[in-house]
Amino acid sequence: MRRTGVFYAQLGLTILLCLFIVVPIVMSALAGVTVNVFQGLSSGLTLRWIFEVWDLYASSIFLSLWLAIACLFVTLIAGVPLAYVLVRKPGRATRLFEELLTLPVAIPGLALALALLITYGGVSGYRSSWLFILTGHVLFTLPFMVRSVAAVMSAMDMKTLEEGAASLGAGFWRRFFTVIVPNAKPGILAGALMVVTLSVGEFNLTWMLHTPLTKTLPVGLADAYASMRLEIGSAYTLIFFVLIMPLLIVMQLLANRGSKPARATAEDK
Amino acid sequence: MSMDLDLKEGRSRPSLLSSFLTPRAAAASPAILTVLLIPGLVIVAAFFLIPLARVAVEVGNGPEGWGTYLLILTNARYLESLIQTLAMSAGVTMMALVLCAIVGLFLVRNRFAGRSILIGTLTLPLSFPGTVVGFMVIMLAGRQGVIGGLTDAAFGAKLVFAYDIAGLFIGYLYFSIPRVILAVMASAEKLDLQLEEAARSLGASRFRVICDVILPGLMPGLISSGAICFATAMGAFGTAFTLATDIDVLPMVIYTEFTRNANIPVAAALSIVLGLITWACLAAVRSFTGEGKSLPVRGGA
Repeated sequence: MRRTGVFYAQLGLTILLCLFIVVPIVMSALAGVTVNVFQGLSSGLTLRWIFEVWDLYASSIFLSLWLAIACLFVTLIAGVPLAYVLVRKPGRATRLFEELLTLPVAIPGLALALALLITYGGVSGYRSSWLFILTGHVLFTLPFMVRSVAAVMSAMDMKTLEEGAASLGAGFWRRFFTVIVPNAKPGILAGALMVVTLSVGEFNLTWMLHTPLTKTLPVGLADAYASMRLEIGSAYTLIFFVLIMPLLIVMQLLANRGSKPARATAEDK
Repeated sequence: MSMDLDLKEGRSRPSLLSSFLTPRAAAASPAILTVLLIPGLVIVAAFFLIPLARVAVEVGNGPEGWGTYLLILTNARYLESLIQTLAMSAGVTMMALVLCAIVGLFLVRNRFAGRSILIGTLTLPLSFPGTVVGFMVIMLAGRQGVIGGLTDAAFGAKLVFAYDIAGLFIGYLYFSIPRVILAVMASAEKLDLQLEEAARSLGASRFRVICDVILPGLMPGLISSGAICFATAMGAFGTAFTLATDIDVLPMVIYTEFTRNANIPVAAALSIVLGLITWACLAAVRSFTGEGKSLPVRGGA
């Protein structure tokens, strides 16, 4: 392919956009390990801020991880069967239900949190426990799990697979766990990664639902940005990046692997 | 026997015989399907439908009654905030669409070393919480930011704009780019190169090809990703919260009404209106692009 001026202009814009994304990430990562940000890198590197963040916020980091796992557990139990029904019984009722299910993603987290607070805010034992935050996270992430699993399920020939298994005498639950779930594994895996990343990073809902004793990682981040020195905020952000990046990278690799055959045929043309 | 019956009725009802032949057992019984639905149904009903309905009714019990819903139009402060939020979201959406259309098309059409790294970088902030995006803006344009440092070195004056409207705009752009670029690239991959070649062979200039072939082909993708971008920007809270700007975007107004003023009916009414706006925007576009599947074909013709 001939590389023209237009190519380089577009490349320039692309690189500029990438810098826009990456420069602040690098900056904050560096600030998190710098002795004094106001003097710059020349003041030396240190892990002091990371340890300080760990002392201050370790509990919020663990709560976030715990919430993500719990959220994954609930969305798996509720989401995979839901996806199966949506794919297997298409109709007006299921479409309506799917629309309803995706609503919590379409409306702002703040509105959702407000509704939960007004309705269940008075139930003190529930309001002050991590289960209250879990509720918000499940509402927000369940549609992603269902979508991801349903996409894989509708691409596979579930009817034939099921009929084959049924003709061999497998009952429904046997078919569900030994035929359907294993075949839907790519969708379940992608959905699971999505649910965990979204839950770990969720702020809009969580900020409204949290109590001083149930602070999650992003809530702690907001707290650090508002009331701690820049280095602490940066170090905390660095910890967040280290947690979330592997998830994002695996997610991207999975997505690439999934779309590769399609891309190859497009190029063959 | 049963064949005859079917013929008489004029449509092929599944006969007793055929229902024995096709393994109907493969379809789960209604009871099992209900069991499968129950966890999801309970979650959605108990924690979404009931709270939402309750809040919608609660607003009517406030001092202003059902008129609270109209406050967003009648109260000058709320109206101004609504207009600002709409303008901001529309501006960010347009900007993100233009940038991502150019860059997305470029990344799909060209293969070069480092391409996948560029794509990975652009989609990186996809799941950053709003607060982190706000902090990224501070890193870029805050008092210790890169831009301030550069302008300080070049002109001897620090350019700091993280805390005003430009900073908020930059932040919204930051979280919009990954969403839009993914959608643009997905629809750019589906573009038919032959149409462009045909247009070129008929003597169309590069500009005409872009306007008459490429853009119409990308349009459904641009519209749907634009809607997602717009809806996300309308509801964004964390970024504005971290930057603590003096610009009152609607989510910030709702938050202040709820926490500082304990004005629950107004906060609830505003958040329902905001939810309706974002939902309607997404629903409208979905039905539009659902029907408009023929758009690329029409554009190419």
